Amino acid sequence: MRHVYGWLLLAPAAMLLVGFTHYPAAATLFDSLFSTGTVARPSRFVGLANYAALGEDPIFWQVLANNFWFALGTIPTSIALALLMAIWVNEQLPARALVRMSYFTPTVLPMIAVANLWLYFYTPQIGLLDKLTGLVGAPSHNWLGDPHTVMGCLVAMTVWKEAGFFMIFYLAALQSLPPELEEAAKLEGASRWTFFRRVTFPLLMPTTLFVLVNATINSFKLVDHLFILTKGGPDNASNLLLYYIYQVAFSFFDTAYAATLTVVLLALLAGFAVVQFQLIERRVHYR
Amino acid sequence: MKRLIGLVFAALLAASVTANAVELTFYYPIAVGGPLTKVIDNLVAGFEKENPGIKINAVYAGNYDDARIKALAALKAGQPAQMSVLFSIDIYELLEQDAIVPFDDIATAPADKAWLKAFYPALMANGTHKGKVYGIPFQRSTIVMYWNKDAFKEAGLDPEKAPASWNEMTQMAAKLVKKDASGNVQRWGVMVPSTGYAYWMFQALARENGQDLMNKDGNITNYAHPDVIAALQYWRDLGATHKVMPEGTVEWGTLRQAFTEGKTAIMWHTTGNLTAVKDSAKFPFGVAMLPASKQRGSPTGGGNWYIFKKTTPEERKAALAFIQWITAPERTAEWSIATGYVATRPDAYETPKLKEYVQGFPAAAVARDQFKFATAELSTFQSGRVRKLLDDAIQAALTGAKPPAEALKAAQQEAERLLKPYR
Repeated sequence: MRHVYGWLLLAPAAMLLVGFTHYPAAATLFDSLFSTGTVARPSRFVGLANYAALGEDPIFWQVLANNFWFALGTIPTSIALALLMAIWVNEQLPARALVRMSYFTPTVLPMIAVANLWLYFYTPQIGLLDKLTGLVGAPSHNWLGDPHTVMGCLVAMTVWKEAGFFMIFYLAALQSLPPELEEAAKLEGASRWTFFRRVTFPLLMPTTLFVLVNATINSFKLVDHLFILTKGGPDNASNLLLYYIYQVAFSFFDTAYAATLTVVLLALLAGFAVVQFQLIERRVHYR
Repeated sequence: MKRLIGLVFAALLAASVTANAVELTFYYPIAVGGPLTKVIDNLVAGFEKENPGIKINAVYAGNYDDARIKALAALKAGQPAQMSVLFSIDIYELLEQDAIVPFDDIATAPADKAWLKAFYPALMANGTHKGKVYGIPFQRSTIVMYWNKDAFKEAGLDPEKAPASWNEMTQMAAKLVKKDASGNVQRWGVMVPSTGYAYWMFQALARENGQDLMNKDGNITNYAHPDVIAALQYWRDLGATHKVMPEGTVEWGTLRQAFTEGKTAIMWHTTGNLTAVKDSAKFPFGVAMLPASKQRGSPTGGGNWYIFKKTTPEERKAALAFIQWITAPERTAEWSIATGYVATRPDAYETPKLKEYVQGFPAAAVARDQFKFATAELSTFQSGRVRKLLDDAIQAALTGAKPPAEALKAAQQEAERLLKPYR
């Protein structure tokens, strides 16, 4: 009887989890082993053929590399910036609430709105960025139309969007640190840098882990801006894995190949999560 | 109790009345600015008033991609949608899903057959497959050239004369480039957008150079023809050699602002932007046909009406009646004025309303006159992939990553592989 009771309590959460997480993941894996069916050519079992096609698809490798650079560009920068801003607005300073709010504002805006704003920042000649570089006499640059600068533009925008969000977590963590620690450090004559390095930063590790996991997931998950800014162009220079999945699924209607790409994305993210929780958790001290 | 029985009877009666009436649902996309849902709702209400036996549900479905996805998903889920406005180039996708019926099978009366011939042939090309009509043109556009008359005057050019050929455009654009004291460009000569719809712009260039990019059956592409390569070379040269256009890709979404802010003297853009440019340009501007190389040319674009296969004969008849009603000359004229889309049939331009409108705003007729030279929008089997191959090749060439010939030959090879099973 108690078993039944326990299962009943679990049922709502379990149903949601199975219905919206586990079943779709399993179905994706299953679909990736079949060809895309149309009315004229029904779907059939092809084994690992979709994965072989993946290996030979140059665009897949390009978007994977792009995603790597995008992650490398956004994650450390936004975390460092978030920490810096949190420490800054944790101090006593005039109009603190206003500063905090302005750092947090980008997070509140929808990504589509942000992308529309930044599209005009980056527009050659009439954009804000070109107006600024024009002040120092630099020629107009086609920021989003040049494969060498387009990724940097996306990274800068994403950091701007995300850092404020992570700042909130750091700020909450900073405020929960007992003030005695700082007083003790002062008595011992520790410099501010030593105090940060030996006391604050280690105590913030749980937050850093949390933020790191989120930032990593976001670097694969955030593609809304591509719809507005570049559509993955020029020539796939700014295409990211999830956006490529969207293109394959909904403009090419190749659902089987899209499922295959999704499996890769899932495997990647699962791999990251395992590594992060296994390795870094050892260095994290929960109180 | 009596009351309850009465209610049940009333409900049954009401149900039988609606069962006699035909109910139709259609999805439609909106890809240009303006309160168009209202225009559609008014049209639907007008039709229902004249045809009490038919009830129509118009469902706004986002942009063209969203509309296609929603319509196909609804069909798969067994949700009733009897017709839809979808992208004219979705035809092969819809055929492959076996989702649509040809109008020839439904429109069998002599008057119906005449109606099928009432539209501009250039607009019918995308909706016709193996001699049968699957798509009726509705919200259709084409590419035209906008030019800034003040800039022309300033550069010492005749402000009333737009370039008529590629050479003329290059020469005029060179004069139109304006630089500041330190040599930075303040105004470019010409801009042709190359994000979002690069293939569409390129179709114009290829057509002008004498080539179409695909065959009528949608299973052969022509990306690597020497004249097609030359067209891409010209596009690249505008930026790389002649320095009259920015190098790299030009953003579709912000080009209109660049033009109205005077940052480029000439732009190529869709007729769908005509009303918006008219409202925001502070200088006199002109609209002209695209310049010619060997001939004039521009692709058409936009949405067509389709009737779905999963329908009863009565529903098909009612759907045909509605589509005939909404594409009648009077409605076509109203629709064109409200949206900026081109009127899809010659007799719509003969209606008093549209005649008057064109007289006051001659630019509205340029697209019509260009129809003689127009070609169908790029549409093949495996449409999404085949189109993206071309988009990528164009962008690779424009950014200087690959020479035009190499980029197009690679795209052609890949398109061959994709299309072979459909021959």
